[in-house]
Amino acid sequence: MSTYQEFIQQNEDRDGVRFSWNLWPSSRLEATRLVVPVSCLFTPLKEMPNLPPVQYEPVLCSRANCKAVLNPLCQVDFRAKIWACNFCFQRNPFPPSYAGISEVNQPAELMPQFSTIEYIVQRGPSAPLIFLYVVDTCLEEEDLQALKESLQMSLSLLPPNALVGLITFGRMVQVHELTCEGIAKSYVFRGTKDLSSKQIQEMLGLAKPAAPGQQGRPVAPQDAAASCRFLQPVHRVDMNLTDLLGELQRDPWPVPQGKRPLRSTGVALSVAVGLLEGAFPNTGARVMLFIGGPPTQGPGMVVGDELKTPIRSWHDIQKDNARHLKKATKYYEALANRSAVNGHSIDIYACALDQTGLLEMKCLSNLTGGHIVMGDSFNTSLFKQTFQRVFSKDYNGDFRMAFGGVLEVKTTRELKVSGAIGPCVSLHSKGSSVSENEMGIGGTTQWKLCGLDPSTTLGVYFEVVNQHNAPVPQGGRGAVQFVTQYQHSNTQRRIRVTTIARNWADVQSQIQHIESSFDQEAAAVLMARLGVFRAESEEGPDVLRWLDRQLIRLCQKFGQFNKDDPTSFRLSESLSLYPQFMFHLRRSPFLQVFNNSPDESSYYRHHFVRQDLTQSLIMIQPILYSYSFHGPPEPVLLDSSSILPDRILLMDTFFQLVIYHGETIAQWRKAGYQEMAEYENFKQLLQAPLDDAQEILQTRFPMPRYIDTEHGGSQARFLLSKVNPSQTHNNLYAWGQETGAPILTDDVSLQVFMDHLKKLAVSSST
Amino acid sequence: MNVNQHTPMASPYGQPQPGYGQPSYAPQDGGYPGPYSPYNGPASAHQPGVPPQGYSPFTSFPSKAVAANPVSDLSSPLDLGPTRLPPTSAPPPASAPQPYNQYTHSQGDMQNGPPPMTQAPPRPAAAQPYTQGHVNMSGSLPSYPQHYGPPPSMQQVTNQMTGMQITPGPPTSAGPGYVPPHSSQPPLSTAYSAAAQPSYTQAPPPASSAPTQPPPASGPAASQQYYGGPPPSSQQPFNSSLPPTSQQQFTSSVPPPPSQQSFPPSSFSGPAPPPTRPQGPPMSQSQPQMPFPSQPPFSAPPPVSQPGFAGGPPPPVQGSFPPQPTQPSSQPGSFPPPGPPPTSATSGQYTTSMAQQPPPPTQPSPYHSGPPPPRVQMPPTSMGQSNHMPPGPPGPLQQPPAQPGMQTGFPPQQNGAFGQVRGPQPGYAGPYPGQPNYGAQAPAPAPSAQKRLDPDAIPSPIQVIEDDKAKSTEPFTTGVRGQAPPLVTTNFQVKDQGNASPRFIRCTAYNMPCTSDMAKQSQVPLAAVIKPLATLPPDETPPYMVDHGEAGPIRCNRCKAYMCPYMQFIEGGRRFQCGFCSCVTEVPPQYFQHLDHTGKRVDCYDRPELSLGTYEFLATVDYCKNNKLPQPPAFIFLIDVSYNAVKSGLVSLICNELKTLLDLLPRENPEMDSVVRVGFVTYNKVLHFYNVKPTLAQPQMLVVSDVSDMFVPLLDGFLVNVNESRQVIESLLDQIPEMFADTRETETVFGPVIQAGLEALKAADCAGKLFVFHTSLPIAEAPGKLKNREDKKLIGTDKEKTLFQPQVGFYKDLAKDCVAQGCCVDLFLFPNQYVDLATLGVVPVSTGGSIYKYTYFQAQADQERFLNDLRRDVQKQVGFDAVMRVRTSTGIRATDFFGSFYMNNTTDVELAGLDCDKAITVEFKHDDKLSEETGALMQCAVLYTSCSGRRRLRIHNMAVNCCSQLADLYRNCETDTIINYFAKYAFRGVANNPTKAVRDTLVNQCAQILACYRKNCASPSSAGQLILPECMKLLPVYLNCVLKSDVLMPGADVSLDDRAYLKQLISCMDVTETHVFFYPRLLPVMKLESGSLPVAVRDSEERLSKGGVYLLETGLHLFLWVGASVQQELLLNIFGTPSFSQIDPNLTSLPVLDNPFSQRLREIIDSFRAQRSRYMKLMVVKQEDRSELIFKHFLVEDKSASGGASYVDFLCHMHKEIRQLLS
Repeated sequence: MSTYQEFIQQNEDRDGVRFSWNLWPSSRLEATRLVVPVSCLFTPLKEMPNLPPVQYEPVLCSRANCKAVLNPLCQVDFRAKIWACNFCFQRNPFPPSYAGISEVNQPAELMPQFSTIEYIVQRGPSAPLIFLYVVDTCLEEEDLQALKESLQMSLSLLPPNALVGLITFGRMVQVHELTCEGIAKSYVFRGTKDLSSKQIQEMLGLAKPAAPGQQGRPVAPQDAAASCRFLQPVHRVDMNLTDLLGELQRDPWPVPQGKRPLRSTGVALSVAVGLLEGAFPNTGARVMLFIGGPPTQGPGMVVGDELKTPIRSWHDIQKDNARHLKKATKYYEALANRSAVNGHSIDIYACALDQTGLLEMKCLSNLTGGHIVMGDSFNTSLFKQTFQRVFSKDYNGDFRMAFGGVLEVKTTRELKVSGAIGPCVSLHSKGSSVSENEMGIGGTTQWKLCGLDPSTTLGVYFEVVNQHNAPVPQGGRGAVQFVTQYQHSNTQRRIRVTTIARNWADVQSQIQHIESSFDQEAAAVLMARLGVFRAESEEGPDVLRWLDRQLIRLCQKFGQFNKDDPTSFRLSESLSLYPQFMFHLRRSPFLQVFNNSPDESSYYRHHFVRQDLTQSLIMIQPILYSYSFHGPPEPVLLDSSSILPDRILLMDTFFQLVIYHGETIAQWRKAGYQEMAEYENFKQLLQAPLDDAQEILQTRFPMPRYIDTEHGGSQARFLLSKVNPSQTHNNLYAWGQETGAPILTDDVSLQVFMDHLKKLAVSSST
Repeated sequence: MNVNQHTPMASPYGQPQPGYGQPSYAPQDGGYPGPYSPYNGPASAHQPGVPPQGYSPFTSFPSKAVAANPVSDLSSPLDLGPTRLPPTSAPPPASAPQPYNQYTHSQGDMQNGPPPMTQAPPRPAAAQPYTQGHVNMSGSLPSYPQHYGPPPSMQQVTNQMTGMQITPGPPTSAGPGYVPPHSSQPPLSTAYSAAAQPSYTQAPPPASSAPTQPPPASGPAASQQYYGGPPPSSQQPFNSSLPPTSQQQFTSSVPPPPSQQSFPPSSFSGPAPPPTRPQGPPMSQSQPQMPFPSQPPFSAPPPVSQPGFAGGPPPPVQGSFPPQPTQPSSQPGSFPPPGPPPTSATSGQYTTSMAQQPPPPTQPSPYHSGPPPPRVQMPPTSMGQSNHMPPGPPGPLQQPPAQPGMQTGFPPQQNGAFGQVRGPQPGYAGPYPGQPNYGAQAPAPAPSAQKRLDPDAIPSPIQVIEDDKAKSTEPFTTGVRGQAPPLVTTNFQVKDQGNASPRFIRCTAYNMPCTSDMAKQSQVPLAAVIKPLATLPPDETPPYMVDHGEAGPIRCNRCKAYMCPYMQFIEGGRRFQCGFCSCVTEVPPQYFQHLDHTGKRVDCYDRPELSLGTYEFLATVDYCKNNKLPQPPAFIFLIDVSYNAVKSGLVSLICNELKTLLDLLPRENPEMDSVVRVGFVTYNKVLHFYNVKPTLAQPQMLVVSDVSDMFVPLLDGFLVNVNESRQVIESLLDQIPEMFADTRETETVFGPVIQAGLEALKAADCAGKLFVFHTSLPIAEAPGKLKNREDKKLIGTDKEKTLFQPQVGFYKDLAKDCVAQGCCVDLFLFPNQYVDLATLGVVPVSTGGSIYKYTYFQAQADQERFLNDLRRDVQKQVGFDAVMRVRTSTGIRATDFFGSFYMNNTTDVELAGLDCDKAITVEFKHDDKLSEETGALMQCAVLYTSCSGRRRLRIHNMAVNCCSQLADLYRNCETDTIINYFAKYAFRGVANNPTKAVRDTLVNQCAQILACYRKNCASPSSAGQLILPECMKLLPVYLNCVLKSDVLMPGADVSLDDRAYLKQLISCMDVTETHVFFYPRLLPVMKLESGSLPVAVRDSEERLSKGGVYLLETGLHLFLWVGASVQQELLLNIFGTPSFSQIDPNLTSLPVLDNPFSQRLREIIDSFRAQRSRYMKLMVVKQEDRSELIFKHFLVEDKSASGGASYVDFLCHMHKEIRQLLS
């Protein structure tokens, strides 16, 4: 534990936690003066190969409003067989099964290396996983065919005992019954009518379990699955469903010239949610929505069917000119909340060249922990591989997905919980440790995460409530316990407990320590999440101003400078990258909507608030690698000056993977040198970035858009829009030498940004 | 007959006939053209042109025409009167006259007073021949020579006598009988003997008549002549009043025929028809003579017959007329009221019976005495009584005599008149009891005073039907305006010569009153029953198709009437004047054609729209919805698969049947595959649609449970071409019964089912038909949900009407939507309990659909009926998305419509579907005066989409005469059509008025009609006499049947659904169907001959013999009644069992036995079924069996279990009503 760097890394590896501050300011006042709140990025299901789950249940603090889990931080009296809760100081006897406990015989949860531990709950029935496909049939023939194949393929990836269901929709919504022989049977709902969950269940014949099934079939009471004809174990209906998918037709209703096909996405989802709600409440389920265009009718309609009316743009939204926006958003929010209550997550796979209404539908995934995947067509590897990756398995052969998670955060009394930002909904669990100061989704200490995967990461924000005049004793520690209950993909219920502690520090006397305990990466991401969270409800410029102010205040707090002398401004190493992150964040699609459609913004933000720190950082500040004959591949500055004719650049923005061939390289390639034996090295040079890209493609979810371009190529814009415009048409000659590619933009460059920042930071007037 | 009729018609116009006959006449026509050109012109022209070109029908006539022409010529000079006159004069000439006579006779029948004149003459001729036969006549002649001359006198006489006094004119014929009365008792006897039958049957009278006529100047004279001769005074009176009516009647009656025969044969080919009739009479005569006293009557007949007649009506009549107070009059009164008059109608025929009646002669005296009393009694007592009463006194006397003489053998059934006809037949001899009846009538009063009128004495439907059959042997040509077609019970061929065939349009009156005052006074409803897509028999040409090119059919600029024979071309053919509104319209250049010298277009006969009454136009895109050519229609089958339907075997039955039915979808060209697409839906509480796209390996079921807001889940694959999707469809039909075999669902929906079909058609943008197979009251939660509201306690109260109103407004709105889309709904109901048909039926009724109901359906017992109905319903020709508009000439207007359709405004009848069985009754009212010259024109245009998806316009044109004399109106109306109108009017009324009020209204209107006749057309006579117009003498009996129907007077076992069912069923029936429905056909089938049906008997239990087997059909039901003491051989032949007790009462079809009798009987049953639009299930009813109650319900002349009056009682009641009106 030589440096904070290592400490941080170790903590992340062991617990999946990154705190903005690794020393906590000991009073509320001081905490607020630090600008960046005490907060952390927490990855509940972080993959930990060396953490075998224990086969028993956790020991809980007996105080009713505490219920903290026994952890290494607790004081234990081995003789009295008593332990003291480190959160509420309640003294609890060990349960009888711990009778043999002693200093040399400690249970795992008391060992410091098990600050994170996973329990397997044996109680209760294990519910199978449920996958409900909701498929848009208003697709081009080619797209539909590709989608059908993907779906059929997915059947083989599902666990055999998983329940699977199929809903298709176009102008109508069809719920397919999977058990019938001979005639394929489906229930049809009109696409324009909003139905209550009860109505849907009645219409599907699910309402009265009392009355034996319509077909007079005996219903085994414990076999809930059998009673639902629409969700059947994969192994039983494999063939049926494959045939059914094979026979899927495009929506047969004619689409007149100048019209969009009528697509009843809203009702389809409502039916899906209603169906699961009735049949499998509180059981892990995944609704997978595949759409090829925007909802054009019924509740949740995003755009009318007239082609001459284009789908809303940011411009329309700012002008309050998006007719359906509010209504549709409200509709999907209601659906998302219902779904979240029942622990069902909703994925959206949207493949279309135009927008598909993700802006309105994003909450479906955001609130339920579902995925959003956006592509141009179902007939692309982007979709196919991404979809396949949903069903990828971990080292244990389990699916990398979990359901129905509940995250509870417990804190020692000096700390309260302000909120969380991530793919979760509040469970409105009020308690003594709930802060009045909300950040993100607050007002609670419990959140529901209907869908989880190993990379799902929440930002959790705390407030230090200790009063300035009641200092924490030297060496005192504050602790936070994360308790995550979830349904594992192997249908077990599990509880993962992570308990961490940090030292309190007095800002006045230990400012240096605190500064060096600053995790600028985590802080950048956490601040970015706050910014993005605000951006959802506030105007873009307001958010930027807020971010700027925070940055300036931080620089004022920690910078070393002479008043009103910008040139004297210095930041310590632990903060040196932070302004740069903020610079790129300001330009990122998460906060800038220019040149992005509302759908794209929603898509980017969705992923931003759920990915772990590394990925988030890539999103904020893309990584640029350079390949040239001058040396081995190296990361270079994300700057226009890095764009040189004799280089190949590989940029990873998380969403895109861009390979850019410099002007000379491109010419060589065009000339076909790589084909010549004597230019084998050139061939290798060309190949190197491709290989690296492949590596990234293999692991990333969702699969990024892969772009292979060259100097002057239209696709080069992806690169040019990301790099710092240090050279533009305005200052091209000011720098004297021609070392990079000028960017045609009026955006400020990092240099200008930093100059301003320094000026403002040192200004005595602020 | 037809020919005759035509001629008469022609005669008025004079030329037409010529035209028919020969082209040569054309010139003559030319002469006349002016006057007739507009109307006749075409007709005449037609024929001339026609023969050559091709409207061939008349080609055969030429010969006749020639003959006729001469006649016409003669007549022409004289004009109407003249024409006839000539004949009269002609008669003497013998041959020439004769032909005339024939015509005249027929004409006479058809029309008016004038004819009588002519008739008289002709008859004379005929009569003479007959007279010869009738030696008696001669004998009598002396006294009445002239009168007899009128042998037609028979007719005439009857007319005069009976017609005048008693019943209709015809009754007057009975009158002949009366004649005697005139002469006073003594005369009576004489009269009877002489005048009576001899004269009747025999031409003799004619001869005499000829003479007489001259003297009497007036037409009536003829009739009078007979009697008149004897009792001049009386005659005179008669003449004036009687002539018209009597003649008609007479003409119709036998007499003419005979005369014709004799003559006609000689001169005319046409005679043929008459001959037959004549034969009838002669036969009867001869036969009667042979076997019985009746024959004697002939010889003696004169006396006898007369008495007979006299006995009944005649005596009274005469008596009444001359001196009502006097005994004779009184007698007449008494008699007439009862049967006599009616019989009189038959009188011509009756003659024979009359003859038999001779006994009456004796009666005379009684009559005299009787008469007065009767009257007195009449008033006090009920009708029946009154009738009886009068007879009473005399009755006793009469009866005895009558019975003795008459009864000798004639069955009562055979009325006097009928008797004759039948008389001739072997059986008659004994039976003549009828006569006794007569006697009874007359006498009855006395003896049976308490008893009833003798049923045989009152007008017999059977007789009228048989008469008409006998009369109608020639094809009926429609070229003559105002000519009533043969009755619906008669088989006849129709030749379209400018007016629509009676198969398409039948009118209540063929002579419309010129003014609304007249119409109001008479109360005769002016209505037409239109069956626009009626199926024609194979020997008649279907309507020609006319294509006027892209501009569409040529129409009047103002009233938009379509080009038709009533359009008159002027200005050398450059313009035409509309016959309806008189507006002048330019002829489009491409349609221009020169006119010939008669003002007709040269191409007149090349163009159906200028020469025919019925034709079709090809509609252009302007006539299509949304200006888009229509798609081929679709049939959607919606099958209830709830527990009841599955359990009764219905579902599998339907599915099985559909497999074969799908090959029978309607098509226009039998060689092509039908273009009709099909779709399938099953339902209980939810709906299941099926995707049967040809590319699927298996059908797909789409369940729609959102019944509150119905929609169609799929488009492509729902409506498919049968041939392409056959495999998938068959697989589906195989699987449906299996899929629902275990269903426990008992609740059903209904509204959403129709909505589903409607939405499907909307989505496919086509018209079509839904076949809904439904079992129960729709109580499941859904739009159109109903509750059980059947409450027997409401029956008979003011609230009863609410039960006929739909329970909820939902279906009305739905119906409107259906009509807008051209979605016709046929509903097949299989209820086990109340299903609220009044509500469920709203949509089918408003969309031109049909309702079929199979209560307590069991696959075993009812499948034959259901499947046959279904097959027919699927196969039959049908038009979709139809709009019917009836245009009329200025002066009248179509004001009311009855049938299965929807109306958005007051003029357009919208029918989502219109099939070949649907008729629409249209009522007309005056809004101005009509002129006798132009008559009244109507044009019914139906725009529809054919089953192959072509837009068509079918045009029916109809012209009727207008009259300023009430007598003409009464002479040219059709009771069957009036009844059709009354029934529809009344049945519609029950939804808005208490049932009793509806019944009273009917009775009242009927009484007014008859009272008006009595007051204005009949010769003055005692108030105690019931005098019915010849054409309406069956009005009371039929009306009674309407009143007794389950709708207006339900029995305890008749459910509300049954009534609602009948109500809607009748609303779209044509005249043929209503006729047999209200007056079922009852055939004795003890003896069967191939080729002809046995003569029916009247619907009364009295007519059933214990030893007989009878077949009764109503168009909905078919019974085989087996008497308790039927001969073993017969039973063996029919059932294959010798014992009555071994007959299985549950038989629904007769065993197939290899004997001619069984074969023939089954043939007859099959032919009955083939005639009706719905399959009739056969019920075998054994006498004294429990099921006989049901059977008896259809014996409509008897008192009904539900309290309906017997015919006799009702007639008396009617009489009372009339008398009240008159006083």
